[in-house]
Amino acid sequence: MNHLPLIIKREYLTKVKNKSFIVMTILSPMIMIALIAVVAYLSQLNNDKVRNISVLDESGLVQDIFKDSEKIKYDVLKGISLENAMLLSIKSETYGLLHIAKIEDLNTVSNHVKFYSEESPSITVISDLEDQLESKLTNINLQNNGVDLGLIESSKIKVNMIQESFEGEETSKIDSIVKLIFGGAAGYLLFMFIIIYGNMIMRSVIEEKTSRIIEVIISSVKPVQLMLGKIIGTSLAGITQFVIWLVLGGLLMLIVSSVLGIDFAQMQSPQQEMMKQAMENPEMSMKVQDIMMAFFNMPLTNLVVAFILFFISGYLLYSSLYAAIGAAVDNETDTQQFLLPILMPLILAVYIGIFTVIEDPHGTVSTVFSFIPLTSPVVMLMRIPFGVPIWQQIVSLLFLVGTFMGTVWFAAKIYRVGILMYGKKPSYKELIKWIKY
Amino acid sequence: MKNLLEVNQVSKNFGAFKALNQVSISVPKGSIFGLLGPNGAGKTTLIRIINQITMPDEGTVHLDGELLRDTHIKDIGYLPEERGLYKSMKVGEQALYLAQLKGLTHSEAKTRLKYWFDRFDISDWWNKKIQELSKGMAQKIQFVVTVLHQPKLLIFDEPFSGFDPINANIIKDEILRLREEGATVIFSTHRMESVEELCDDIALIHKSNKILAGKLIDVKRKYKANTYEVGIRATNKELLQTELSQKFDISQASFKTLEDELKLNIKLSDSEKPNDLLSYLGSRGEVSHFVELIPSVNDIFIQTVKNH
Repeated sequence: MNHLPLIIKREYLTKVKNKSFIVMTILSPMIMIALIAVVAYLSQLNNDKVRNISVLDESGLVQDIFKDSEKIKYDVLKGISLENAMLLSIKSETYGLLHIAKIEDLNTVSNHVKFYSEESPSITVISDLEDQLESKLTNINLQNNGVDLGLIESSKIKVNMIQESFEGEETSKIDSIVKLIFGGAAGYLLFMFIIIYGNMIMRSVIEEKTSRIIEVIISSVKPVQLMLGKIIGTSLAGITQFVIWLVLGGLLMLIVSSVLGIDFAQMQSPQQEMMKQAMENPEMSMKVQDIMMAFFNMPLTNLVVAFILFFISGYLLYSSLYAAIGAAVDNETDTQQFLLPILMPLILAVYIGIFTVIEDPHGTVSTVFSFIPLTSPVVMLMRIPFGVPIWQQIVSLLFLVGTFMGTVWFAAKIYRVGILMYGKKPSYKELIKWIKY
Repeated sequence: MKNLLEVNQVSKNFGAFKALNQVSISVPKGSIFGLLGPNGAGKTTLIRIINQITMPDEGTVHLDGELLRDTHIKDIGYLPEERGLYKSMKVGEQALYLAQLKGLTHSEAKTRLKYWFDRFDISDWWNKKIQELSKGMAQKIQFVVTVLHQPKLLIFDEPFSGFDPINANIIKDEILRLREEGATVIFSTHRMESVEELCDDIALIHKSNKILAGKLIDVKRKYKANTYEVGIRATNKELLQTELSQKFDISQASFKTLEDELKLNIKLSDSEKPNDLLSYLGSRGEVSHFVELIPSVNDIFIQTVKNH
């Protein structure tokens, strides 16, 4: 008798109807969005503050370069001593005082520029000031040495390399970034999915053990059927949750940004600001069109098919191990010892994905780990956007499916014996013995 | 076919440990069969083999003349000793699920559940969660779920644990009624008085071996010690006791009587007849009590296990 659909239905419905599951499903995106909104709002608040900076230029070389911007207003002081300038600056509560001493030799200028302030100033402000001073002083220096500035400016040549593979496929930096994001997202999604729902499967197995219903159930169904039903049912619940998260998260994001006027793209850190500046150069602008191009340049069909296959087999491989662990122990606190060996390859895979695949998607390390079954789902998913030969994908998938079947067999053995064992936590040696039962 | 279940030379090893060694039992159709044995004897392993939870290493099991196979799951109802239900699932949903696992359709299961819930007067529990019920209440649900699919063979492992005497009686009557309706029952328990009361046949398993089996009455006949419990009124009890001790194998007995009688257990040899003893006793005093001692299941259990 095939009870698999019945078991899947029950597992799915119990998970989905569970109160904490519902709360998590609805609350998580809200909390996430709220958190992002708060951070965005705060950073916006911070950015809006106008900083007043007093400037005392005793050298008289640079006073004309300070142009007020949205965020910084300059107050150029003239004809007062440094002590008075400081007092004035403290009194008027300016952000800080920039002092350039009288300079005889331009080359020693760095010893004569100081920034006084109450608190330590922000890195962006300092580097901004430094940049302005540097370029101005360099220009003065160049002029003093008889160099024509206009000539330098007009002689500049920009290079934007066009990348092309030997097969004639054009790529660009944007391409690489888009591929990276897609591969990374796919690998990370699988990682998260395994951790969250693998644990859920494990807990559900433990629950059946502790509630002592297990013997009643397996007098009606085969343990393997129960295990598979559990894995599939829980995974479907997981997919439901993920889809709700995506839809709800997107919707909330839209609402929050339109109602509160917070632009999520405007969340800036100093580094991002620098990057933005770099991208504002017309030669490097990232147009939506380019991104779309990059997206469609990826081997999309291959990507989707590989994603589905690797995701499913990788997930089943790990979740059957989780189920076996659940069957081997009596309570959740005993699971640590057994969880470590399955978490290790998973974490390793993500690290390899992040550090190695980005650097060199077809290097030895990336290639080898995209064949080893426990790491291949994550690593391969990250590699595929960069174009992996089909034969490699097939071989890797065959390894994975073979291992997956072996693991399910192994897990089912452990499961079959484990669910009826109560009391002492088994050792690895005992687990091996169970397989022979 | 006289026997519903035939277990033939079944062995099972767990690693180096032999849980069952060449065990055979036959359960007659329509009987209540007591599966007895000390803790760890192998009863649960045997029951699990019958339920196809565990596979035997050697030997065969036949149900109703057919070699045990998947489709027999619906013919067996099993109430394990380690039992429980999903704590956070509603009673009705849960019962429906378990019934469907046993092969009933949704509507069939619903109709039968309604019948049983009405019968036990527990219809208002349908939408409650198991965690809201007491242990005894949950056990009742568990009993209903076990018998719902009207299996040919019912296996109860300690069915009365967790029940108060009133509910235990209700369950006992239900078991008897199910037997009347044609079900065969295997009954595993440590409560010997219920074995005495319910079982037609017994088998005793000890240290993975079957050491005793048969109709309860035959077993008792086999184990009777040819001993009689007697009470005699006599003027000089000491003298009479000395006299009897020279003629027979006697020991002190204790039972309640109205007068101050001499109370003895007298064991006869195979050649001596109880009538001869009675007439001999009659000539010595007034016999107020004369009963053949029938060994209780409890005595048989203890004695057999000790001898092995």
